Amino acid sequence: MGKRVMLMQGNEACVEGAIAAGMRFYAGYPITPSTEIAELSAEKLPKVGGKFIQMEDEIASMGAVIGASLAGLKAMTATSGPGFSLKQENIGFACLTEVPCVIVNVQRGGPSTGLPTLPAQGDVMQARWGTHGDHPIIVISPSSVREVFDMTIKAFNLSEKYRVPCILLMDEVVAHMREKVELPEELNIEIINRKKPKASLPDYKPYKDYDGDGIPPMAAFGDGTPFHVTGLIHDETGFPSTDPKVTENLLNRLMNKIYNNLDDIIEYETVDTADANTVIVTFGSTARSVLRAVKLLRQEGFKVGMLRLKTIWPFPHKAINELTQTATKNLIVAEMNYGQLIETVKASADGVFKVYGLNKYNGELITPQEVIDKVREVAVNA
Amino acid sequence: MDERIEIRLSGSGGQGLILAGIILAEAAILDGKNAVQTQSYGPEARGGASRSEVIISNESIDYPKVSKSDILLALTEEAMLKYKNGLKENGLLILDSSIEKPDGPYKILSVPILKTAQEKVGKSIVANIVALGTLISATKIVSKEAIEKAVLDRVPKGTEELNKKALYEGYKLVS
Amino acid sequence: MRKELERYFRKDKLPHIWCPGCGHGIITGAVIRAIDNLKLDQNKICIVSGIGCSSRAPGYMNFNTLHTTHGRALAFATGIKMANPELKVIVLTGDGDCAAIGGNHLIHAARRNIDITTIVFNNSIYGMTSGQYSPMTPKGAFATTAPYGNIDRNFDLCKLAQSAGATYVARGTVYHVPQLIKLIEKALKHKGFSFVDVADICPTYFGRKNKVPTPVAMMEKIRDMSITVKTAEKLSAEELSGKIVIGEFYEENALEFTEEYAKIIKTAQGGK
Repeated sequence: MGKRVMLMQGNEACVEGAIAAGMRFYAGYPITPSTEIAELSAEKLPKVGGKFIQMEDEIASMGAVIGASLAGLKAMTATSGPGFSLKQENIGFACLTEVPCVIVNVQRGGPSTGLPTLPAQGDVMQARWGTHGDHPIIVISPSSVREVFDMTIKAFNLSEKYRVPCILLMDEVVAHMREKVELPEELNIEIINRKKPKASLPDYKPYKDYDGDGIPPMAAFGDGTPFHVTGLIHDETGFPSTDPKVTENLLNRLMNKIYNNLDDIIEYETVDTADANTVIVTFGSTARSVLRAVKLLRQEGFKVGMLRLKTIWPFPHKAINELTQTATKNLIVAEMNYGQLIETVKASADGVFKVYGLNKYNGELITPQEVIDKVREVAVNA
Repeated sequence: MDERIEIRLSGSGGQGLILAGIILAEAAILDGKNAVQTQSYGPEARGGASRSEVIISNESIDYPKVSKSDILLALTEEAMLKYKNGLKENGLLILDSSIEKPDGPYKILSVPILKTAQEKVGKSIVANIVALGTLISATKIVSKEAIEKAVLDRVPKGTEELNKKALYEGYKLVS
Repeated sequence: MRKELERYFRKDKLPHIWCPGCGHGIITGAVIRAIDNLKLDQNKICIVSGIGCSSRAPGYMNFNTLHTTHGRALAFATGIKMANPELKVIVLTGDGDCAAIGGNHLIHAARRNIDITTIVFNNSIYGMTSGQYSPMTPKGAFATTAPYGNIDRNFDLCKLAQSAGATYVARGTVYHVPQLIKLIEKALKHKGFSFVDVADICPTYFGRKNKVPTPVAMMEKIRDMSITVKTAEKLSAEELSGKIVIGEFYEENALEFTEEYAKIIKTAQGGK
């Protein structure tokens, strides 16, 4: 297949990326503004021998995705705020039982039914802490249609590699906009598959850290080695335990498999930060407005830059830390919510920078002018 | 700063303006340019105010929405009233002739888009394609070849001739 | 237990957590015997459960086993069956798990006629959380959350499953074990969504609250309340009140969901 240049919608790029990554199962429930992902999966999956099912509700969709993944298929679901809330218990199940799966959340205005057709970035904290208890999770957020394609593949790769649910945190703007994309040749796409147990393992323990990397090899139901999976705290055989040591070891391993690999997981982009006095920290579609504002402000002589977080969780503390090596004095956190990511940025900045919020929660994308106005305001106050 | 042209297509839901925006963006890509198309819509699938936005540029496109449009197409009075203030000074306002011309610092092009679709082409459903023909004839923002190919690639099989006719009738509305 | 059945159990996980006199072991044993009678491939069986006392059963059973979230066993099972239709998928669930929190999944799994066998350990009470009333608790019965008597009406799970589209529907009891094994065998052999409701006993929480304090008394009550489908046909609604109707209610050969999906794949690929 040669170069593929076309006008493509974000939700469409998500399905293209998922199938390229090896998605062979999708379960979902209709919800705006993610529905195109379900519709296109229904059309495209059977063509590659994959399966699509529209379940009776959001909870069931998440359950079916986990079931399919346990039976050996790469699986995904897509939803928006209200559905994301409903899926949380089963997302926690996947975290604890280490079942790879991808959850796409196309963010819309909330809370509750909120603004179904309008964008927001109000699920930053829910994506991290939506399910109960301590748990690992990876959350990544694309800013362009091409990046939706790439990041959907990355979501599958990280999920398979670390046996952890990965959340692709989109927003209505990036999901519904169409733009010119050039897709890579399929041969050039890196695909990671979950680690399988060595065929010679006679006494397979599904949660034993055989390789010392904190990631147990994963068999599929029906492979020939029956095993047990439970949402209870379990030992390396997969059976329930209330032993404090077993509990602590399990939770430590679940966290460490992520936190020991931050450099492999985390991605971010900096624009004009080297000499910047003020850096705007942002993600998702908001980054496009920020980028335009930075260009315009630079023409006026403002020393301003952008830090775009592609990985939201685990939080890229390293990116904030790197700014201490620059002339940066002020951070502006631009997000389409009342102020969520800013709290973590503040904690990460730990008093080194002054941190300001640029927040919008009226169903409209932050405009370049609003970013410009904020930078000017900060410059006056500083 | 980069050269970016911002176009807003507006009317009521069901008039096919989102499709028109997609076709326009695809034509721009065929011409080797960059394009972004976005839309806004209400809960109703038919009726209500509908808006499709297209940004065309030779550079990469960052902010994907219209700030101040260079061109506004309005097929209903409701849409014209809603979006005229978002038009640049001296921007081009393409109006269906059924709508009363507003006062303002615009270049106004009033043409019978809906009537042409209904009477000359014979199907009111192709008003969006007539409008595209008019818009491109008046502005030359994409080439004639590109728009024709983009229209034919997107419309349902069996309706190619109808839509081609719509496009050229639209073209002819601007001399 | 017969020696040859031992291979179906995870002996190192026994003894089980169930109370003395609980009927869950009888149903688990009946499932194992049905599987053994049918000589099904142990590695190709996947047993899925939700939350509750009954949902602990798969942990003792030596197959591919999955202990999911409350009420959601059928949702997980649907994903497993679709992903690998070669697997024989069995859902073990309780009356709270299946009829309350998981009721929606029951209706829709039945509607799709997906090839999953569901067996309900129906003891009319939430046992794991120590005795709250369930949708199966009879009107007037007592429970920790119905200290003045239950005013909720219960309903007939078999009728629900059948009207939702299940293509094999039966009811057995923990008293009539040979019949129960036969019903489960039929359910396992059936292609499509098969459903077996099992009248079960919980002496600890249902029995003590409702003046049937011993397992023996509860068993006798089940025996005395049970009538066959044939007998029931001749009785009026009034006469049927308080009875447990046992036997087969419904059987139909209908298109199965994963087989229908396989046809979709064929169509989609043929159209390439």
